Amino acid sequence: MGATQTAVQHGAAHAHDEHEHHEHHETFITKYIFSEDHKTIAKQFLITGLIWAFIGGLFSILFRIQLGFPDADLTWLKPLLGEWIDKDGKMDKDFYLALVTMHGTIMVFFVLTAGLSGTFSNFLIPLQVGARDMASGFLNMLSYWFFFVSGILMFVSIFLETGPAGGGWVVYPPLSALQEAAPGSKGGMTLWLLSMAVFIVSSLLGSINYITTVINLRTAGMTFTRMPLTIWAFFITAVIGVLSFPVLFSAALLLVFDRSFGTSFFLSEIYINGQALHHVGGSALLFQHLFWFLGHPEVYIIILPSLGITSEIIATNSRKPIFGYRAMIGSILGIAFLSFIVWAHHMYMTGMNPFLGTVFMFLTLIIAVPSAVKAFNYVTTLWRGNIVFTPAMMFSIGLVSLFVGGGVTGIHLASAAIDIQLHDTYFVVAHFHLVMGASAFLGMMAGVYHWFPKMFGRMMDERMGYIHFWLTFVGVYCVFFPMHHMGMAGYPRRYYSFTQFDSLDAFADVSAFISISAMIAFGAQLLFAFNFFYSIFKGRPAPSNPWRSNTLEWTTPRFPQHGNWPGEIPHVYRWPYDYSKPNAPEDFIPQNVPYSETLESNLPYEAIFVEQEKEYEPERFGTPEAKKNS
Amino acid sequence: MMFYVILILGVIVFVGLLGFIYRVFALVNLSKTSGENYERRTGKSAAVNGLSLIIFFVVGMVAIFWYSDAVKIHYLPEASSAHGSSIDNLFWITTIVVFIAFALVNALLLSFPFIYRFKDNRKAYFYADNHKLEIVWTVVPAIVLTVLVLMGWNVWSSVTAPAPTGSLEIEVIGKQFNWMVRYAGKDGKLGRHDFRQIDDDNAIGMDFKKDFKTNADDFTASELKLPKGQNVLLKIRSRDVLHSVFLPHFRVKMDAVPGMPTSFWFMPTKTTEEMRAQLSKEGRPNAAEFDYILTCTEVCGNSHFAMKMKVSVLEKAEFDKWYAEQEPWAVKNKEYLQKKGINVGGLALNK
Ligand code: HEM
Ligand SMILES: [Cu+2]
Ligand SMILES: [Cu+2]
Repeated sequence: MGATQTAVQHGAAHAHDEHEHHEHHETFITKYIFSEDHKTIAKQFLITGLIWAFIGGLFSILFRIQLGFPDADLTWLKPLLGEWIDKDGKMDKDFYLALVTMHGTIMVFFVLTAGLSGTFSNFLIPLQVGARDMASGFLNMLSYWFFFVSGILMFVSIFLETGPAGGGWVVYPPLSALQEAAPGSKGGMTLWLLSMAVFIVSSLLGSINYITTVINLRTAGMTFTRMPLTIWAFFITAVIGVLSFPVLFSAALLLVFDRSFGTSFFLSEIYINGQALHHVGGSALLFQHLFWFLGHPEVYIIILPSLGITSEIIATNSRKPIFGYRAMIGSILGIAFLSFIVWAHHMYMTGMNPFLGTVFMFLTLIIAVPSAVKAFNYVTTLWRGNIVFTPAMMFSIGLVSLFVGGGVTGIHLASAAIDIQLHDTYFVVAHFHLVMGASAFLGMMAGVYHWFPKMFGRMMDERMGYIHFWLTFVGVYCVFFPMHHMGMAGYPRRYYSFTQFDSLDAFADVSAFISISAMIAFGAQLLFAFNFFYSIFKGRPAPSNPWRSNTLEWTTPRFPQHGNWPGEIPHVYRWPYDYSKPNAPEDFIPQNVPYSETLESNLPYEAIFVEQEKEYEPERFGTPEAKKNS
Repeated sequence: MMFYVILILGVIVFVGLLGFIYRVFALVNLSKTSGENYERRTGKSAAVNGLSLIIFFVVGMVAIFWYSDAVKIHYLPEASSAHGSSIDNLFWITTIVVFIAFALVNALLLSFPFIYRFKDNRKAYFYADNHKLEIVWTVVPAIVLTVLVLMGWNVWSSVTAPAPTGSLEIEVIGKQFNWMVRYAGKDGKLGRHDFRQIDDDNAIGMDFKKDFKTNADDFTASELKLPKGQNVLLKIRSRDVLHSVFLPHFRVKMDAVPGMPTSFWFMPTKTTEEMRAQLSKEGRPNAAEFDYILTCTEVCGNSHFAMKMKVSVLEKAEFDKWYAEQEPWAVKNKEYLQKKGINVGGLALNK
């Protein structure tokens, strides 16, 4: 790309270097708690996210016990759940819905938005673009602490006497707006809304930082077309977040008004508890439009970072350039744009004008194309590679498999006519878990295994990683694949039990099988937890570049200090995917290796870069002019 | 059953513990040795994991076919509505197309790692892009998707087209936690309603003050009876929160929204009796007790899962007979109406 740009950034990088030289007086509090260092903040997000994943997973196990074994006596859960198990040993029906709602909310927002973007955007953006830190360390710190507060609010709601929010993670009014409609619409719902409002603030602070850092703080030579796909993914994810989260904020705000101040944005003509309410003229559909205007982009906020991580890991471990780098960027951009104009595919059966349904059906099927392109590109990257089986690689392959498996059923659901039958059945549960829930979770795990050495300076145990992978991967398929068939048999989601729906309870065995598989998959995560925490302290010391990777983070010391690089920030000369370049002595050429040092492997069109290097960094070539300057 | 859960959890914890202890020792050993781990790239784990991926694919595919066949007996029977079979066709065409794509991509994805596993003496093929290939796999899915979406559009347009004239209007009202139905009576017109008129007796809020005449002959029923071979227009509304009308056997679904009436029309094509006969011919369990159902698919509170109503489809003649015999709600509730100060003088005429 533009040589002038390179030169300008070169200067900027130097300027930035200088202000880093003053001393830091760090106390325990500034170093580990109110830290402004992106690496520490990333770890805070990661560990908080993992704790939430554990809670969210535990909730799914609890409601899977109910679904898999509807006749069981659950008295043994009383010590944990108290009054939520009644005297006959049955789970409370409202509590079931609360569990489902909390599970969805926690997984979507706390684990796979904050836990995922918060961890890897924070950790990798400065390290991979070559920056000392985020654009604003202070806002970054605030972002974490807002997330923390929002988590506390949600956590507190679990212990309310009326339970946490219970209307599903989409909190559709009027159910969520009317306190008298369900216990889960009382205090728990208030806290849910508060928590989400705070969460959105956190997310926006984070996203603005990511965007600014990527745009402004790239090191010399790091043009947009030399950025690793991870960075592209995090960058675009942040843009999507900035554009869509405020809409959820407004929806939440209006809902607060309806709940507490008697407005009628979403309410109309309601008779409940023996009383006709005063609300007229509101529209329940308005909320759904607002919600899904965030909700659909949200699924890409969840999956894009994972796809970015996967791109990086698959290329590195195939020892091959990612196939179709530009097509990958193009599809990220295409997905990002299209993700804003498909939201109403969640609303075909809401009574919305069927013509709108038609429009959204066409738009939705367009978005399938860039998604398919990504999958094909991954497969082609593996083709004729020289594949190293790290746990991260296994998880990445697993991610692609699940992404394809869940993606294809999106084509059913996008087609409005088919969706008539499938909407709000278990088919949908199968679809979205495969395509974004489980696959993004696998992506997150891949990222942890891959960047653990850089985060903690130690290696995780590989064999345990493989076991973790296999139990998780097989478990996920066992849990979610059979749900397709339940959906085809018409089983609706968010049902406490199916004895009413189907007097035969034909899928009872399948349900039990699913529940057992879920428990095993959940158990496998304990293995991961052990491996993770144990390796932080006792893992094998990590070599500086354990995966022989090209990106800049591996040029930092084993324990990068505040500022990341002890000396000058490395300059970037090439794209990040020069793996197995013909005639190169090694099977990788890091981004900070100039073309002028790899003459033997330069491709014909790369000769011009050598010339540019001579022009802009004459000092490296020992020209008389350069000597004079130094 | 609970016993098994506890057993399995116990086993998991136990195995986990063993694993932990074993690894503690192993890790302690490892943490003493440091250094580069390039040599690990060629270890045994590659072959084991790579082969496992292939085995997973093969076993998985077999399992998918086996399982899909084993539960076939529980799939919904062939649609009992005119439009339902076109939805089913679409579903199966789409399923076949995407399953092929799913299987192909996974076959490559899960076999390449083993085939191209790391060898020290090999170098990966430096293959950064190929525009022709990329164009092909952008255009081919685009075409396939276009065909699918056009077919879907066709069905969607006809299903959502305005109801044909002469459709039988039936009102379905959702409330926490049951469905209510109202038929239009002799005049074939549903009377006006107003949520402010709702009370314990007048649960669906018929507005006799503003619209006595059309309401007077309307009758309610405790199950949804439908005539075979006639277009039925469901007029759907909700009294309190969102619900969703779901008639799985008819491939019908539409939300019930307070303050915003919705509708869905379709034509039942099989009576309950015919369906029972068909099911027993297919050898399905409990075919003789089969009943169509109306259920709820939008979460509406704790008894959402139990919000069910029986549906029966009758031969047209039988249905008409039943319809004519029904006593209007207003007649049954004369005293209530009088108490409300409504002049019920005209009711006798309707009877
Ligand atoms: C142990 C792994 C998991 C299991 C066994 C599981 C299982 C389930 C099941 C059965 C439901 C439907 C419950 C119902 O409709 O009654 C559900 C809902 C949901 N799950 Fe999961 N899930 C898991 C992990 C995840 C992950 C990683 C995500 C992240 C996206 C996720 C997101 C959701 C969401 C958004 C819902 C919808 C909640 C709602 O209806 O409001 N789940 N899960
Ligand atoms: Cu969507
Ligand atoms: Cu419901």
